[in-house]
Amino acid sequence: MGILSSNASITRYQVLGQISDPVMDTLIKLLSQHTIEEIDAESVDKSIGWTSFEDPFKPDFSQSSFVIGVYFLFSFRIDKKAIPTKVVAKQYHIESEKRLKESGKEALSRNEKKQIKEDVLHELSLRIPATPNVFDILWNYEKSTLWFFSTQKSANEEFESFFTKTFKLNLIRQFPYTAAMNVLTENQKDLLDRLPPSRIVE
Amino acid sequence: MLDISVAYNRYKFLGNEFLSWLWFIMEHEPDKLNAVTGGTVQFTIGNRMVLENAAHNASETVTIKGDDAGLEEGILALKKGAFVTDLNLIITEDEQQWQLTIKGESFNITGLKVPETGKIETREDIEGAVLEKIFLYEKIVGWLDAVYTFFLGIRLSSEWDDVVIPQIKKWISQ
Repeated sequence: MGILSSNASITRYQVLGQISDPVMDTLIKLLSQHTIEEIDAESVDKSIGWTSFEDPFKPDFSQSSFVIGVYFLFSFRIDKKAIPTKVVAKQYHIESEKRLKESGKEALSRNEKKQIKEDVLHELSLRIPATPNVFDILWNYEKSTLWFFSTQKSANEEFESFFTKTFKLNLIRQFPYTAAMNVLTENQKDLLDRLPPSRIVE
Repeated sequence: MLDISVAYNRYKFLGNEFLSWLWFIMEHEPDKLNAVTGGTVQFTIGNRMVLENAAHNASETVTIKGDDAGLEEGILALKKGAFVTDLNLIITEDEQQWQLTIKGESFNITGLKVPETGKIETREDIEGAVLEKIFLYEKIVGWLDAVYTFFLGIRLSSEWDDVVIPQIKKWISQ
């Protein structure tokens, strides 16, 4: 679900702070440094990073293609390998039988079983491709506002920490209290601090 | 400013009160919303509403779904002390229509549909399509922000207890 989707979901943020000058050069450098790494041929089960909006499976930030009007538009990608437990169990069983036959033993030790499981997971993670999930990001740098096109809790949490790690900037999610703090006067903020919930029925 | 996670939990009620008030104002004083959004914008209830009654440490949830669903169950839930926690809204301006669901506690927006935009036929069309979408998203978000700011002004004044709460009580008792 992204910005061009016919059915979008949005979590809104305020960005605290600015990127160091020159902004464009810094941004290109940071996005490039934290671009998602492909893990299909690796024995790794997860990868997260930035990618291009226009071509999320071939990221390239070198041409400033992520600037549209006053906005920075790029995407956050989470690649995960989901190895079904039944596949692991099957391969584990096959491998255990094979090792027993080869060694002539009647049972495997705890360490041997552990090693077989690790070998099976390693082997499977090399064969199973990662499932990519792409989430668009629209950052109005002048207004310090950012929209993340997902409301999935886990995706938002991964995004928030990766954004801060990359840009060294904090994000404040916009919910009733933080949205109120953006528009209230000092006097109203004091009133809000002491505000109890309403009761419609006695 | 409070710690963010503390503030999120402490002020969940504010978003739910906002959505409950929005339903009331749509029914009774829609002109006020026009004035706030500065034009011919119309807010109507869409196809989903969730109400939750968290009174007495026991949570009761009522979900109303469907394009022609009656809202009597919702009124009944309000009478028992519930507040609206999720609201699907249809917002129109002239011939254009937006639809979305807003969650009271987080202000997360889901299922956002905006008026139709130009088709993307070539790679060169993408930038124009994105700018068109952004324009339409900014509009709806701007209206929601304006209405929320208007609500806060009332909620933090004596008008809330002296006028609005009695009006809501009268509405749900009819």
